[in-house]
Amino acid sequence: MSLAFVGICSHAPGITGRADRADPAHRDQFYAALGRLREAVDAAKPDALMIVAAEHFANFFMNNMPAFAIGMGEKYEGPIEDPDWLKIKPRVVQGAPDLSRRLISSVMQSVDTAYAEEWRFDHGIMVPLHFLDPDNKYKVIPANINCQGPPLTPLHRAWAFGEAIRAAADALPERIALICTGGISHWPATPDSGKINEAWDREFLDRWARQDRAAMLSYTDAETYRDAGQGGFEIRTFIAAAGAARGKGEIWHYRAIPIFAVGCTVGVMEIV
Amino acid sequence: MSLYQLSKFLYEINRDPAIQARFRANPQSALEGYDLTDEERGAILEPDIGLLYVLGVNGQILMHYAAFHGIEWSDYLQRMRDGIKRHGPVRAGLYAMTTSLDEKVSS
Repeated sequence: MSLAFVGICSHAPGITGRADRADPAHRDQFYAALGRLREAVDAAKPDALMIVAAEHFANFFMNNMPAFAIGMGEKYEGPIEDPDWLKIKPRVVQGAPDLSRRLISSVMQSVDTAYAEEWRFDHGIMVPLHFLDPDNKYKVIPANINCQGPPLTPLHRAWAFGEAIRAAADALPERIALICTGGISHWPATPDSGKINEAWDREFLDRWARQDRAAMLSYTDAETYRDAGQGGFEIRTFIAAAGAARGKGEIWHYRAIPIFAVGCTVGVMEIV
Repeated sequence: MSLYQLSKFLYEINRDPAIQARFRANPQSALEGYDLTDEERGAILEPDIGLLYVLGVNGQILMHYAAFHGIEWSDYLQRMRDGIKRHGPVRAGLYAMTTSLDEKVSS
């Protein structure tokens, strides 16, 4: 058993970039929940932090879009965005190339993932790292599910990706902490930025927390687009977390913070 | 209409400081090699964020191009609304506006 931890969190650029424009009480409660998640990751004593993200055209584009990708680099750099805009300082993140190679080889037994020795982190990974690894001490393995450029990765394949990560991690001697980061309903970077369907979010998180696979996989992309916006497609990362952990989830924080453009979520899931 | 080429230019300038430097020095030359219509070329050069939005550029690419031009967040949101007012609804892609023109979701 070397999957040591499974958690989820939001990652929107406003969380850091527009921090001073949020209600301070709401912002600080969310930051505190992220701090609690950091402590839980540390307590799991991982050898590497695997972050399953939904990147936004920083590395992958419609010239050659992978349904899944896992990083195999010696190091990574981020943020790719203007550091002053995101308000996160540039850093070089240590990779774990040998561990990545073994993990990818194992995942490929059931899921055809792409791999990448180059990867520049956008806010989708930098915002979680900013809170979960402020000292830049962890070796990181980035992963991506295509939640941005249709045709999107089907939900049941996102689940299978989580299962494949679990099987791979279980066969490795190293301890891996898995963080899956995405938004639930949101309409990011559109004139509707700040619109959040809280009822839809709470329903999805309930399905996630009770580990209801069929209910989680039952959304069509058309329904998600209608009710949860294009940002809602990022539920794929949370679904992968559930496929990996298989236990019950616990939501530590949820609040819609419009200036952050997302329902700000922090949760963990029991590994069974 | 060449939304793919338009998006690809914006994707590449967003992630490549060399293209950013070339664009700052000579905007026209940075666009060489991309198969763009005059409307698309004009929207990039001005920059007309509202028109780029209407043409269907994905917001995840467009917001960084706006930031590259020093356009502040609230101004970015307003420019997209102004673009709809001037040029009509979003013509392609996933990032269409779902609220009405006078409905302000977030400042």
